[in-house]
Amino acid sequence: MIDQKTAMPRRTWRNRNGNGSPFRGRWARLPRSARWASLLGVALLAYLLPYVGSIPGIGPQIVTEGIDWPSALFNISYFVLLALGLNVVVGYAGLLDLGYVGFFAVGAYSVALFTSPDSILNTGWSWLAAVPVAIALTLVSGVILGWPTLRLRGDYLAIVTLGFAEIIRNTANGAEFMRGDRGFGGIPHPPGSLGDNSPIFGVRDATPYYWLGLTIIVVVIIGVRNLEHSRVGRSWLAIREDQEAAEMMGVRTVKYKLWAFAIGAAIGGFGGVMFAGEQGFLNSATFQLLFSILVLAGVVMGGSGNIPGAILGGALVSYVPDRLRGVEIAGTDAFQFRMLIFGFMIIVVMVFRPQGLLPSRRRAAELADRAKEATA
Amino acid sequence: MLLELADVSLCYGRIRALHGISLIVEEGEIVALIGANGAGKSTTMRAISGLRPLSGGAVRFDSTDISRLRADLRVIRGIVQVPEGRGVFPGMTVAENLAMGAYARRDQAAIRDDLEKVFVLLPRLLERKGQAGGTLSGGEQQMLAVGRALMSRPRLLLLDEPSMGLAPMIIQQIFEIIEEINRQGTTILLVEQNAQQALSRAHRAYVLETGRIVQSGTGKELLDDSAVKEAYLGVA
Repeated sequence: MIDQKTAMPRRTWRNRNGNGSPFRGRWARLPRSARWASLLGVALLAYLLPYVGSIPGIGPQIVTEGIDWPSALFNISYFVLLALGLNVVVGYAGLLDLGYVGFFAVGAYSVALFTSPDSILNTGWSWLAAVPVAIALTLVSGVILGWPTLRLRGDYLAIVTLGFAEIIRNTANGAEFMRGDRGFGGIPHPPGSLGDNSPIFGVRDATPYYWLGLTIIVVVIIGVRNLEHSRVGRSWLAIREDQEAAEMMGVRTVKYKLWAFAIGAAIGGFGGVMFAGEQGFLNSATFQLLFSILVLAGVVMGGSGNIPGAILGGALVSYVPDRLRGVEIAGTDAFQFRMLIFGFMIIVVMVFRPQGLLPSRRRAAELADRAKEATA
Repeated sequence: MLLELADVSLCYGRIRALHGISLIVEEGEIVALIGANGAGKSTTMRAISGLRPLSGGAVRFDSTDISRLRADLRVIRGIVQVPEGRGVFPGMTVAENLAMGAYARRDQAAIRDDLEKVFVLLPRLLERKGQAGGTLSGGEQQMLAVGRALMSRPRLLLLDEPSMGLAPMIIQQIFEIIEEINRQGTTILLVEQNAQQALSRAHRAYVLETGRIVQSGTGKELLDDSAVKEAYLGVA
């Protein structure tokens, strides 16, 4: 038998600057201080986004029309947060989770149950007091979902996670203490007040919520990045690339998969906590399956396994539909066509850039490897 | 006796894959396990490396019963398996793959020494150090898989079908490497379909048929055995 792999021309995936893309090569060669400075600059620009509308010329093109711009930014912030969390599960550990909205719901409902006057718990905590409890609960729910599903892979895992999200949604719908579509009102906003005693987190302007979300995002990015480069991250990578080989190298796959689920869930919980604090109201209609699919689409489209990719993807899945609001196409609000436009967008990206808009170089290599196996 | 399997049986659900396997591997040996597809060769490997729980019998390593020991702890004790089909991490570079081999170890200085040794033994890996595992040729991937396993400092190296899908010349080369590793002091248990190569290189061998050991002897004895010849060497 002739070894086809030896006969084939060697793929030159590292030919430019020894690393996936020319940009990444240049970026890696920058001194550490310069990299930090530019990241700081990007973060600063992100904090200034609420004022982007006042830039003459391009500003009005960027801001949304049918929804006020700060609210759209807030939407982006929790979608980005969810994308970052799902990226840990799907992108790093390679576990396909279709029920990620479940964790978002657990986070939001935990806050509602402990703070809302409608709750049977009647604890009436402040938002801030409920946050650690809510995060702890989502973390636990991540482990609860993770534990029985550890032996499952690929499609089977996806189906179970889908079922998990449906269980949460049905509980929210059906259980008396979850109040179904009547929902929970009067969920308190985050604390803090300005000089004139007016609260920082009010109902008129979503800008402070966006800044809060952005701050959480920055913290999460730092945490996730550190994890990625730690032993935990290496274990995830090995599990994703070849679970069996990882096990043979001594990676405790069960432990690290649980970690991925728990950490991903906790980040999703943060999204829910923020959402509940901003909205002040939530009911069972909020947590549709579509939500999970959107976040997953964001992660895959942006570039699974890469933090900038997840951020870009998460932002796009939130921004594009919001931007279409209030724009007229042939006499109809373009928002009505959002799924059509959106679906088309995803197809185009997947056809021309299956590894995502900002892929991780490893993911790209794995994809190439799998394609090779499929054609061999 | 480095490794002993005593009456090991193993089930996948209701299907019994191993029916009481007993075998021994002495320190410093190359032992081959030959047999047809589905005879239970890879399952035996999994029983030894701890990837599947036993349903009966015992695995002893270095005179201690490790039947219930977790797989990652077996790696620390010095049992490491090279997976069938190589199982190279495709997105990691050659260097990163090798580093994964030392995953269970913490002695950084000794790890660096071992990396040097692996590069001396397998110079091709040094040439390809920065290249992604998935872009290597089949032979190179097999070398990488072996080198990666060596990075864990094994006392017992389990090789699952190292010749699978490789050209005859490359197979020759891989077996020479295996013999060299053995000469340097690592005990080897080898599963092979390529019975000719395996038997001519192994000190001793076992023949596995539908989950049972049906024959054993030195490599040479089995090479000359008429039943083995007929069944596995394609000579009547």
